[in-house]
Amino acid sequence: MLQSWAPILAFLILVSGFAVVSVIMSYVLGVKNPNPRKLAPYECGMQPTGTARERFSVKFYLVAMLFLLFDIEAVFLFPWAVVYRDLGLFGFFEMVLFIAAILAGYIYVWKKGALEWER
Amino acid sequence: MIEYVTSADFLLMMAKIVGIFGGVMGALAYLTWLERKLMARVQMRPGPTRVGPFGLLQPIADGLKFLFKEDVIPTNANKFLFVLAPIVALIPALLSFSVIPFGPRLQVTDLSVGLLFIFAITSLGVYGIVLGGWASNSKYPLMGAMRSSAQMISYELSLTLSVVGVLMIANTLSLGELVTAQQGTWFGFIPRWNIFLQPVAFVIYVVSAIAETNRLPFDLAESEQELVAGWHTEYSSMKFAMFMLAEYANMVTVSALATILFLGGWTGPMFGPEWLQMVLPTVWFVGKISVFIFFYVLLRSTFPRFRYDQLMRFSWKVLLPLALANILITSLIVALS
Repeated sequence: MLQSWAPILAFLILVSGFAVVSVIMSYVLGVKNPNPRKLAPYECGMQPTGTARERFSVKFYLVAMLFLLFDIEAVFLFPWAVVYRDLGLFGFFEMVLFIAAILAGYIYVWKKGALEWER
Repeated sequence: MIEYVTSADFLLMMAKIVGIFGGVMGALAYLTWLERKLMARVQMRPGPTRVGPFGLLQPIADGLKFLFKEDVIPTNANKFLFVLAPIVALIPALLSFSVIPFGPRLQVTDLSVGLLFIFAITSLGVYGIVLGGWASNSKYPLMGAMRSSAQMISYELSLTLSVVGVLMIANTLSLGELVTAQQGTWFGFIPRWNIFLQPVAFVIYVVSAIAETNRLPFDLAESEQELVAGWHTEYSSMKFAMFMLAEYANMVTVSALATILFLGGWTGPMFGPEWLQMVLPTVWFVGKISVFIFFYVLLRSTFPRFRYDQLMRFSWKVLLPLALANILITSLIVALS
């Protein structure tokens, strides 16, 4: 068990080392010639107006919530699919019920208009 | 512990890790060259030609230039998160290579939950994008990051659901076993690849994979004409290079996963002497990945961009029901057989 995860840890250390070292290297080696204009937020040459920390559309939250619901269901499907051959017809009907429940929720969400991006 | 560190197993593992990491980094660098060259050819330009023969040294020149460029951190930005974001984006993108089987033995570790591990790790990449877009404290990056995260999580659903059909046939989550299950042929000439059993899942997977990696025609997150460069507008020097590297790494990961799940991974015709048989699986694997990469670049150079509402509608109203229907039909057929 641990034997198969230890290489992942080693790989993680190597990869994070690479990422951190390249950030530090570019900080050390790069030229430094800052001026206020250069350090201002990029806005296509205009003087930046206001702050960027504004409110954004609530639709993004909605997508995130729907994603959570459906992704949890996807996670349930994974172990079921792996042992599917052992479960036989019992597993099939159990999962038909489960997917029917998903579909009911899905149709409800569709009818409520949560999937319409234009509104 | 000390016995393990000095054992031959440990040395072999270290050699594999360093070899795969080095090979992948080299391949990613040359992927930028390949993409520029291919795009240029499609547009009747020669592409990079000046640095070395056929511009082959261009990636090295680019890398050095990234290293010596000014490291700009905007005054308004949240400095800690701004520096952290490219690191957060790059680490999961590269870490997924630790479970991908490049050959029968050329795999760092064959986790029993390898597929879940890759999905878990690659979905962490969205944090790098959101952190980078938010920490920049600039309007375009914020918009790019919001769009990108909504797009990535939407397409991740159809991506994960499309794989379930394959799992029902293979009954394993280990990537090594997924490949070995596809060895051999039907009737002596059709390879036993899952693509022939799950064609719908394959199409759903490839479309979602392109959207997952924010590539054209789904590159709403960095659409040059409206958002400058999307979430990495404020990034320069090596940090920008790290975002790019993460994007290319993700591209290779999803292509490799498509190859493993649907196209039989490293399986392929075996012939020739002993040493050739050692190399051939890796050659087949890299060749299959290259087909996907070539396809991605052709898509990028020939297709216009989706509109955002079209993009979201396509994911939620077409791909998701299609993936669910595919699961139901596959489970019915497997249960009856």
